Amino acid sequence: MAVNLFDTQGTPLAKQKFTLKELSPPPISKLDDDAFTRVRIILMNGIEQQANRFQHLCAQMNGALREPLARIRRVEHHQQTMVNWLLSGDHSPIETTIAYEQVAIEVTAAIAQQEPDEYLAQVYRYGLLEDFDHMYRYSALLDRVEGKDANNILQSYTDVIPGRPTSDEHRHPHDDLRDHYDRATAQPISKLNALTIMSGEYQTRDYYMNIGPTFSDPVARNLYAEIASIEEQHVTQYGSIIDPNETMLEKWMLYEANEAYNYYSCMEAESNPQVKAIWERFLDYELGHLAVVMDLFKQHERRDPAEILPQTLPDPIAYESQREFVRDTLKREINLRAAGTDFVEKGQENPESLKYREYMNSEGSPSDAISAGYLWQPGTELNTDAIRAA
Amino acid sequence: MEKSTEMGMNRTGIGMSPIDSKAMISGAQQLTPVEKPDGQAMMLMEQQFVENAGTIGSVPVPGTMKGALKAAMGKMAGRNPEALLNKMGERLAFERGGVRLYESAIRKCEALASLQGDAPVPLDELKHIRDEELEHFRLLKNCMTEMGADPTAVTPDADVSGVMALGIQKVPADPRTSIGQCLEALLVAELADNAAWELLISLSEQMGMDDMADDFRRALRQEETHVQRVRGWYEQAVMADATKEAAPRH
Repeated sequence: MAVNLFDTQGTPLAKQKFTLKELSPPPISKLDDDAFTRVRIILMNGIEQQANRFQHLCAQMNGALREPLARIRRVEHHQQTMVNWLLSGDHSPIETTIAYEQVAIEVTAAIAQQEPDEYLAQVYRYGLLEDFDHMYRYSALLDRVEGKDANNILQSYTDVIPGRPTSDEHRHPHDDLRDHYDRATAQPISKLNALTIMSGEYQTRDYYMNIGPTFSDPVARNLYAEIASIEEQHVTQYGSIIDPNETMLEKWMLYEANEAYNYYSCMEAESNPQVKAIWERFLDYELGHLAVVMDLFKQHERRDPAEILPQTLPDPIAYESQREFVRDTLKREINLRAAGTDFVEKGQENPESLKYREYMNSEGSPSDAISAGYLWQPGTELNTDAIRAA
Repeated sequence: MEKSTEMGMNRTGIGMSPIDSKAMISGAQQLTPVEKPDGQAMMLMEQQFVENAGTIGSVPVPGTMKGALKAAMGKMAGRNPEALLNKMGERLAFERGGVRLYESAIRKCEALASLQGDAPVPLDELKHIRDEELEHFRLLKNCMTEMGADPTAVTPDADVSGVMALGIQKVPADPRTSIGQCLEALLVAELADNAAWELLISLSEQMGMDDMADDFRRALRQEETHVQRVRGWYEQAVMADATKEAAPRH
């Protein structure tokens, strides 16, 4: 089903309503639902959270748009609530963390492959190998602190193998900045991809910042502090690929189009009928938001939204295991490092980053400590005969 | 009818996706450079944190040294009255939480009764236990007040027992859990509660607080009945599930 952005009005804003009960829908089953249903829920929470954050910032910088921003933002907030409340209460915070990293790996890998700009695709692959390593470290944490198997969450879609070592990921802020796409020449899908990944990483940073201090285990607390720091680097990296010369309304229109695109992608892939109905409903809501913002764009900028947006939404994001792509990237690019906006071989990093890293790790590395000698196997590392049995 | 355990599309094990699992296992073996678990680094790091750690907090200083505490201080020469206050604060918090735990279970039973016309566990008995937990909370409150301690303060062990109880209270609160699962949570709480009352009695006796120990013994007898009743309902629920019969009534 192709979604035409200029022929579809979506649900009118005035009809986008929620009861309080609706905000707390029956959650998914941690045991029975497909892991990709949870992946989509987490990603869409991040997409909505970032839309809300962007719109708040806009309102503080543009008096004329305050009123429409407030109206749309309220709906975005309730959409985020309804989506995030689909997660069930039996997920422990580390289990949810495993799911967050699964989002980062599977969605970034899918986006890296659909990205037409080779430099941006490289940026995604670079970040991918770092999140991939976080999965390994957090899986060790889940196993060694709670005695649980990360694969109960991953459902064999995503590998638990070291990537670019987390302790090597600490870089000087200068080396986290990337070249941004050019608003005039970049393809619309490149702009949407950047928003998707930046939103996902931003919510991951926020999630770790919120739950990190709720742990009592000191290594867990320290590990969350460490990986939150890397997620902050990732938000810097992905935020920097977005063209800062876009106007506020141009950005807002892209945000709305991206929300629609993501709901469309989720809807196309969803296996849980109750959740699919939510994706369908919210696709229509986002198309309603987009229609409002397109009118504002015409009114304030006297430009045609078609200058910015594609006629139809791009092909949906692939929600399937990206194991082979990730392994191939791992093989080719594990030794890549960043120097300024460039990617270089290990050994060619800037001295600032080396100093920064050395200092960060100088009193110990929680990511190395938690995973020393860790080999994932089904049923946890205590299940020593698991591999023979399989 | 009580929800029974059923087979379905549980996707958590490797058996549900044999091809992917095989790839995952072989990948982990081939691409993870180390194979021998090494807990040394984690232990060393924890050790550093333990060395530099503070405490959970302190037992509050009694506002006034009231009669009972004064008397106790006399008897407790060379002993540590804070240890008793800490444990009394813990029991008080646990009993107060216990009231809420039973209320949560009662709400679930009432909801099920309104759906099926019949409560899966006798509601009057659950309410009776809830009332006794409330009595125990008040007993501890009075004892602490008599000693001049502040029963509204959180003692260190009260705080830690609150941490332990976090998982327990999540079970009956989840609308998806069965009565059997809720009863297991109640049983875990009651077993811990029984052991804790026994300890509190010994501690009070050791501190020379014999009247208080007598009161606590009465509470323990009630708690022993709680364990017995909850264990019985829990076992019936599990057995009924195993035979696919209706849930226990009495």
